[in-house]
Amino acid sequence: MAATAELTLAEIRKGLHWRKQLDKVFVIVGLLVLFSCLGLLAMLFLDLVHNGAERFGWDFFVNFPSRKAERAGILSAWVGTTLIMFVTALVSLPVGVAAAIYLEEYAAKNWLTGIIEINVTNLAGVPSIVYGLLALGLFVYTFGFGQSVLSAGLTLALLILPIVIVATRESLRAVPKAIREAAYGLGATRWEVTKDHVLPYSTGGILTGLILGLSRAIGETAPLITIGALSFIAFLPPSPVSGEFPFLNFEWLKSEYTAMPIQMFNWVSRPDQAFQANAAAAGAILLAMTLLMNAVAIWIRYRFRKKINW
Amino acid sequence: MSQATSRQPQGGFASRLRYRKNRDRAIELVLLMAGLVAVFTTVAIVAILVYESSFFFSHVSIGDFLTDTMWTPLFSDPRYGIMPLVSGTLTVTFVALLVAIPLGTIIAIYLSEFATHRLRETVKPILELLGAVPTVVYGYFALLMVTPFLQKLIPGLPGFNMLSAGLVIGLMIVPYVASVGEDAMRAVPRYMREGSYAMGATRLQTALRVVVPGAFSGLAAAYILGISRAIGETMVVAIAAGMQPTLTFNPTEPAATITAYIVQVSLGDLPHGSIGYQSIFAAGLVLMLMTLVFNVIGFFLTRRFREAY
Amino acid sequence: MNIVAPKPETASVAISIEERRPQRANPPKATAESLDFWYGQNHALKHINLTIPEQQVTALIGPSGCGKSTFLRCFNRMHDLQPDTRYGGAIHLRPDNVNLVGPEVDPIEVRMRIGMVFQKANPFPKSVFENVAYGLRLRGIRNRTDLAERVEKALRGAAIWDEVKDRLNDSALALSGGQMQRVCIARALATDPEILLFDEPTSALDPIATAKIEELITELRTRVTILIVTHNMQQAARVSDFTAFMYLGELVEVDVTSKIFTNPAKKATEDYITGRYG
Repeated sequence: MAATAELTLAEIRKGLHWRKQLDKVFVIVGLLVLFSCLGLLAMLFLDLVHNGAERFGWDFFVNFPSRKAERAGILSAWVGTTLIMFVTALVSLPVGVAAAIYLEEYAAKNWLTGIIEINVTNLAGVPSIVYGLLALGLFVYTFGFGQSVLSAGLTLALLILPIVIVATRESLRAVPKAIREAAYGLGATRWEVTKDHVLPYSTGGILTGLILGLSRAIGETAPLITIGALSFIAFLPPSPVSGEFPFLNFEWLKSEYTAMPIQMFNWVSRPDQAFQANAAAAGAILLAMTLLMNAVAIWIRYRFRKKINW
Repeated sequence: MSQATSRQPQGGFASRLRYRKNRDRAIELVLLMAGLVAVFTTVAIVAILVYESSFFFSHVSIGDFLTDTMWTPLFSDPRYGIMPLVSGTLTVTFVALLVAIPLGTIIAIYLSEFATHRLRETVKPILELLGAVPTVVYGYFALLMVTPFLQKLIPGLPGFNMLSAGLVIGLMIVPYVASVGEDAMRAVPRYMREGSYAMGATRLQTALRVVVPGAFSGLAAAYILGISRAIGETMVVAIAAGMQPTLTFNPTEPAATITAYIVQVSLGDLPHGSIGYQSIFAAGLVLMLMTLVFNVIGFFLTRRFREAY
Repeated sequence: MNIVAPKPETASVAISIEERRPQRANPPKATAESLDFWYGQNHALKHINLTIPEQQVTALIGPSGCGKSTFLRCFNRMHDLQPDTRYGGAIHLRPDNVNLVGPEVDPIEVRMRIGMVFQKANPFPKSVFENVAYGLRLRGIRNRTDLAERVEKALRGAAIWDEVKDRLNDSALALSGGQMQRVCIARALATDPEILLFDEPTSALDPIATAKIEELITELRTRVTILIVTHNMQQAARVSDFTAFMYLGELVEVDVTSKIFTNPAKKATEDYITGRYG
């Protein structure tokens, strides 16, 4: 007589009922966790805006930092950030795109390619403060660029290089192989195929990658502190455009500077409570800038994806 | 009618072809150099850290460095034990993981196995955006919102403490763990889930018994990379955990992490070449090694989970 | 010529053979001499000896995996785009006798002399005009009038001029599948190739578009040598002067098309023709 482990229908139903209850409990738990995390963060952001509200106003944008909280503004900070972002973009875009093109279109599957790829992946995981140490030793002292806009821009360019490279590679890959084959079939060289057919259709993805990289760079504080960004800068770097020949100069690159996240950090660290409002306001603006850039990047990615229908 | 014409490339054709090929070769070289920038960066990081640390270690023995219990390089009687900084880093990381791993995993499981398509498509971009918030903003939260709140719960909690910092860092990396974890779980093929459902399992059972084990390497990669980020996090701890290196594992105390120490020194005025200056590179070297270990493990785990399917 | 009654088994292949098809080969345009090809360790083509007569259509038929597309792609060195590939033997192109697969020969130069039409039409996401003009631009032809003239000539040659002459600046992707393929043919024709390679050009097209392209191929052979790979035997019978049957990387038999389809010499060929295996 076989000893069967058959359950009666009633027993099955009871076990099932219990398991389904657990299922429902998990759904509640999951939703709870998800929305409390999101809710908590939303609350913190709203609090930030609320705390900083008293400082919002034209004055805040055009004033230099000051020892009086009510008068301290972010002029030098946002100008500094803008200039630094300019340098960062100018350096990371060509280098990142070129490296991505090499890896996607040219590189053979050999050890050198593997090393480059491993390095790109590895650099994405290096803590940002280590980039600051690198820049301190290399840009500030060895190359002698000093504590300048140039050093800051170069540091952040290296930091976001992996982002630009990965985004560019993905958009290069999205171009169908058939297009490349058709171009090669007509006798095009590798560069002609890349320049005439692959790059033009990747610009959306590349731009998206650049903007995402810049949105990351804009919030980076640690590397800038390490290379000596100061936060009581009551002056602006010299203007690149001047009234006399040659009309364009590069003095601003060598200038000392401050940046938005640095300014916020400085204000947050002050024991004087009045500056907390300044910090909150600066933080809210910084947050808005970051979210805006991300939104733009996502929109560009969406627009470009719809444009070409292979 | 046969083609009797010779089809030798004419002179113009051949020289243009040569020009095109040479141009191609030159461009390839330029592109390769751009690729090598990544290699150069890594080499430069290692070189600078090791170089400056070598000066440091000519003054301080490695034994002292690793075992001394106080880190006071800037005092008149300097002590150079890295353990206080390491203990600070580890404590903060541990608190962060206590938050991030459970919450991140639950969210990942929920999104992957339970949520409707619409919910998932709405939440994922939000998670992506949250990952882009500047850390200095999180530092503000930790110091000026979380700490006062915690002080109500835990009387006597100092204004600077590792608990606030750790909790906020944990919250900060929840979106990352959730996102990577969810990707890992989505990568588990449908037929595995179907096998479980076909036997009458509920979604929760399938998730816990089939999907999570199946996505194990991807989930582990997510955790490991989360650890790496927590270790390297600077601004939250610099703002909220204080800058007093103390050898303690008690999160309710203030302490300094490796990263916070580097910030502290950089804020001050240190002559280039002084031992204080070199000490930040030594600290940076330790930091780099710690994150490297985790990044490498995470890399191999990621590769395994990608290859598995 | 011998007129041999078709074997009963092969008569089931519904074909119409025109008697005025030439039964004699023109002088050779290209000759494959003991051509070998390896993908890594896989010996994909084994000692192929085949003569491609000029200004006639040679078809390559055979079951899937027999190596016909692989053989075709040797002619324009497309394999060089993949890693770990190797050629053996030679393909000599007349009249200058250059070895198309020789390591000393530049693949780019080969591709500028040999044109290809692919299985699925792959026009560039540009205008019709720019698609056809691309090959000309590569050769340094910049002058707008020259380009316009040669583009028109190519589009006429591909029997599609009337359909696109008012739409030259519109995107080529807006055309139907058959039209896109004819634009691709025009694109290849524009550069006056010495051999035009067709890799299953109609397998993705409907019967009407297919018929138009087959008609085009029949016309084109008076101007350019054609080598076509097809898995559709009836197409080979309709369109080609000579047919080569390949199996498992080897050339089994090559002959005048009418003879291959009515009275093949090898049993393997006969089995394939009569559908004993696909």
